Amino acid sequence: MEKLTNRSVAVDRSPMTFSEKIYLPAIFKGLTITVGHIFKKKVTVKYPEQKRPFSPVFRGLHVLNRDEEGRERCTACGLCALACPAEAITMEAAERKPEEKNLYREEKYAAKYEINMLRCIFCGYCEEACPKDAIYLSETLMPTHYSRKTMVYKKEDLLIPHPQKQAGQ
Amino acid sequence: MLLLQIDIAFIIEKLILATVILLGSLGIAMYATWGERKVAAIMQDRIGPNRAGPLGLLQPLADGVKLFFKEEIIPDSSTRALFILGPSLAMLTATMTSAVIPWGPDYVTESGRVIALQVADINIGILFVFGVVSLGVYGVMLGGWASNNKFSLLSSIRAAAQAVSYELALGISLVALLMMTGSLSMREIVEQQHGFWADGYFTWNFFKQPLGFLVFLVCTFAELNRAPFDMAECESELNMGYHQEYSSMKLGFYLFAEYINMFISSTVIATLFFGGYNFPFMDEVLASVGPLLFTIICVLVLLTKAIGMILFFMFVRWTLPRFRYDQLMKLGWKTLIPLALFNMLVTGLVILYALN
Repeated sequence: MEKLTNRSVAVDRSPMTFSEKIYLPAIFKGLTITVGHIFKKKVTVKYPEQKRPFSPVFRGLHVLNRDEEGRERCTACGLCALACPAEAITMEAAERKPEEKNLYREEKYAAKYEINMLRCIFCGYCEEACPKDAIYLSETLMPTHYSRKTMVYKKEDLLIPHPQKQAGQ
Repeated sequence: MLLLQIDIAFIIEKLILATVILLGSLGIAMYATWGERKVAAIMQDRIGPNRAGPLGLLQPLADGVKLFFKEEIIPDSSTRALFILGPSLAMLTATMTSAVIPWGPDYVTESGRVIALQVADINIGILFVFGVVSLGVYGVMLGGWASNNKFSLLSSIRAAAQAVSYELALGISLVALLMMTGSLSMREIVEQQHGFWADGYFTWNFFKQPLGFLVFLVCTFAELNRAPFDMAECESELNMGYHQEYSSMKLGFYLFAEYINMFISSTVIATLFFGGYNFPFMDEVLASVGPLLFTIICVLVLLTKAIGMILFFMFVRWTLPRFRYDQLMKLGWKTLIPLALFNMLVTGLVILYALN
């Protein structure tokens, strides 16, 4: 049969030489390797104090975006829910009233917007599907919860803070 | 009226010494567990325990507290009395051996009183050590048998067979040493290794008995049930070995006894082969610093040697894989015992023909 790689080596079954039989050189060699590791760089990241930087394509917790004036961008078109392979997103649309112009960017908005984080697989398809740049996956890690109920994130949990309200406090 | 002549100060002195040595060896064993985890971590390019206190130095305390608060389970099918006796015996024998080790030279106070830094200078010191150490195997056997668990039983049988096989080679390699020293008293053996260099040759027994030392060292590894001879534990083959059924502080006692044994064995090796508390230029040091400081330095030297030995045990543990059981027996019976016998023969011939 033809060899797949040139890395295969025949097993050496010749009888052990004297220096191999007394084991001591091999033990000494092993000890030099392990003792050598004392001086090597430690690979540990001391987690809560040090954090490894996220990759630029990291997909964490979702945020619902606002525009420059602090109006919600989401128009409840449902494309994110459609794109979601895990069917984690549900929403209900509502029509904007004239006095709510400062709250919502367009005539239609999401009255209810929920992501079930137990179903979500953080694939980021919702972000790709969104035509209004309303949903983004942030660099925040998903926290743990004690109940299933709180794992369903409401719109209030997802919306980013209002830029002007936050500045004014 | 002889009873009344007992020196009260002598009793108090020995009591204090015994307490200090017991607490000291417990403390060193505690920090040996910490050291083992640190050494393991460093050799695997990790950091090791670093959460409890600075550098994780409170980790042994945390472990102790954890073990005490764990639920204590005694299996229904176990032999209750023996089940409890097992770890107690392991702990008892581990702490007993420290009695005959000379921790430092005699300290003479200004009033002319001689304080020996040794609990008991009995003239069969080294025999006492080996007697007690071989009792230690009963702890393992009782534990494994009383658990009424097949794996524990297998492991304790292995451990007992291993201990018996290696004790032979251990004893024979020691005989060669004792033929040279001509004494079984630990203090005399140490005193013979005074300083480092005398009459054109090293005084330490390591240089006089290199082969004997090698056999002794390998057998000590086996006696301590430490890797690469940790047949008794065998976590990958026999689950946890003889302490599988143990929980809470009874398990803690077994683990702890192992570390105390390691410390005591390191001290015994340092005493027998590396000159005990002797160090190079000790006479010059004594002349310049005075007796009290000199005694302290001597104790520290012995402890340094012992700790160095403990570190060596740890390095080896994290370097070598475990022996297969038949290979272990082959090494013990077919290699170490003939080697020890050969060493004894050569030593005897040298003493007979070369030194006379």
